[in-house]
Amino acid sequence: MAVISYREALRAAMREELKRDDKVVIMGEEVAQFNGAYKVTEGLLKEFGPKRIVDTPISEAGFIGLGIGASMLGIRPVMELMFWSFSYVAFDQIVNNAGNIRYMSGGLINCPIVIRGPGNGGTNVGATHSHTPEAILASHPGIKVVCPATPYDAKGLLKAAIRDNDPVYVMENTILYNDKGEVPDEDYIVPLGVADVKRVGADLTIVAHGRAVITSLKAAEILEQEHGVSVEVVDLRSIRPLDEETILASVRKTHRALLVEENKPFCGVDAQVAYLIQSKAFDELDAPIHRVSSIDAPQIYCKRMEDQQLPDVNRVVREALKVLA
Amino acid sequence: MAEIIDMPKLSDTMSVGTLVKWNIKEGQVVAFGDILGEIETDKATMELSCTVPGTILKLYAAAGAQLPVGAPICAIGKKGEAAPEPTAAPAPKAPASAVPAIPEKAEVSCVPAAPASSGSVASQSDASRTKASPYAKRMAEKAALNVASLAGSGPGGRVVGRDVAAAASAPAAATPSGPLNVAVAPPADGKGIQPDADVPVGGMRQTIARRLLESKITAPHFYLEVEVDAAPLMAMRESLNKRLAEAGGEAAIKLSVNDFILKASAEALRRVPAVNASWAGTSIRTHSAVHLSFGVALEDGLVTPVIRDAHAKTLKDIAIEAKALIGKARSKKLTPNEMSGSTFTVTNLGMFGVTGFFGIINVPNAAILSVGATIKKPVVDAHDRLVIGHRMVIGLSGDHRVVDGANGAQFLQALKQLLEEPALMLI
Repeated sequence: MAVISYREALRAAMREELKRDDKVVIMGEEVAQFNGAYKVTEGLLKEFGPKRIVDTPISEAGFIGLGIGASMLGIRPVMELMFWSFSYVAFDQIVNNAGNIRYMSGGLINCPIVIRGPGNGGTNVGATHSHTPEAILASHPGIKVVCPATPYDAKGLLKAAIRDNDPVYVMENTILYNDKGEVPDEDYIVPLGVADVKRVGADLTIVAHGRAVITSLKAAEILEQEHGVSVEVVDLRSIRPLDEETILASVRKTHRALLVEENKPFCGVDAQVAYLIQSKAFDELDAPIHRVSSIDAPQIYCKRMEDQQLPDVNRVVREALKVLA
Repeated sequence: MAEIIDMPKLSDTMSVGTLVKWNIKEGQVVAFGDILGEIETDKATMELSCTVPGTILKLYAAAGAQLPVGAPICAIGKKGEAAPEPTAAPAPKAPASAVPAIPEKAEVSCVPAAPASSGSVASQSDASRTKASPYAKRMAEKAALNVASLAGSGPGGRVVGRDVAAAASAPAAATPSGPLNVAVAPPADGKGIQPDADVPVGGMRQTIARRLLESKITAPHFYLEVEVDAAPLMAMRESLNKRLAEAGGEAAIKLSVNDFILKASAEALRRVPAVNASWAGTSIRTHSAVHLSFGVALEDGLVTPVIRDAHAKTLKDIAIEAKALIGKARSKKLTPNEMSGSTFTVTNLGMFGVTGFFGIINVPNAAILSVGATIKKPVVDAHDRLVIGHRMVIGLSGDHRVVDGANGAQFLQALKQLLEEPALMLI
């Protein structure tokens, strides 16, 4: 198995799907001639040409609408957003049109669009460029949302997203782009709606998604080494559809749950997960469910403060010990 | 937001805690795990560790205060934040009323739950309901345990899974009902030795269950045993009974071995009065008189009538009174007064051939004496010869809060001497 970066894994997914299916196209700001704002699409224009790899104007509402219209006619566009923060100017297209067309057409029209790009804080780009809208988007029926944490999952989830017949929004993380991991050379997908137990443990379940999985794995290591606690880390991978059974099975085993995410806490993904656990595994709980989220404020510009705003290893360890008290 | 830290329930019987000392001051910043202070329960002094990092906003109670479980003791929050007003803060109680305490008159041993017992129940109702996690409750239900009877090790005294697991794996808890019945294969004839049934228990059984459980879990028992040469006692008993029979009439009473043991116990307590005492929560109560209680087995239980002022009574007085009390016990005519206020208890299973055992202390007594059967066995005498001995094993269970091993041993030594040289009882 090759060890490649998260960025390379995303590129490989698109490259393989572009080759496999000539209906697949890439569109977005700077994706072609500039090789992508984060170089995720590097080299694709050269290999597949300007009909498949299309630069768009700086007009999210316009080009996302273009992609949605194209997807209704059988094209499988993979749209890049420079930041998921920019999805807000295209909200009507993303939520209203893409999310509802299959339902409102009585199943006659599909919208197999993929929108991908980084949706994360922690890079000192300010409040308007640091949103994590997975909870907002996943709250709309008709929309699928995934948040890969590793190169393996990034490639497998993006390929599954491209092959899916519904709108799938892939939220990446610029801080993870250079993370390396083993990725199989042969074709594979990570099915949507299947969580992954990234670390097996017995005393505490940490549920996380996106970069919070990496933070949680580091915290789990410290909890094991310094506190003798065996922690299981469940990576949601898909926010919607949500793999309820994997979460519940883990909580039934450990009886304690800590939920970690880089979202703001109010109406975050983990508010939903906490509800799920208490409603379906109440009698399994040996302690209240705790959450670690970003501190509830607009994303802080000052880098040192922003680092504190996001869940870090220390905060996860501290909160884990409270759940274990 | 500020959090109020309550007096935690640190033991299963704790209803009140004494704040021994604070390690912190108002305005001090505390971290998770810091030791905030020390709390004395009815059992021990324990450290109070911080579960909420922040700044100490307010100390609601001063060192030395006695507070019921659940009463606010301090508030932790952000620096500069106003300390919350505790809702319905129970006022610190005066020490005298706050101590769960032994009633002035010791509770009647075996009377069906009477108003007399409501005092201790009322003091428990001050404590908030037992906090238990859903998982602990479910585990307890499966293990047929009552979460209210378990000591919670979770935050704020919450009973959590590990507490139930520990209780369920403890040998004492392994005995109750359910699983045992399953394991026993039914006899071949299909008829069991008795019906499979849940037999409702009466007041006496409930009182026994409650008081002995309370004793076993609150009084730290220790056990001492000594073997007594019973031959001189047997000889004296035979001689006395012969004379009493000859005298006839009013005096025609037959002295039992137990009567001698009762008399000897009263005399031994006179010699080692430290054992004639009670644990009174924050003090040891010494008793000037020996009120001697002894166990009488009944078909459906056990009662413990009391011979008052046994230290001042002759062997004959004790024998007559014991006989009368046993008669009343068997016909269930004992009055509550005749079963209360003991300072020491003797229990005897010698008539069943039991060679030795240890009783559960009849609290608030400091100790209980258990008497085994007198049996013939080879012993090495003072001249190193192997002879036939008449030996009796007597055991003492002591409440270590009141008496120590040495006191208990001195008492047994005195008792042994009295039984082996019974003439000493005369002086």
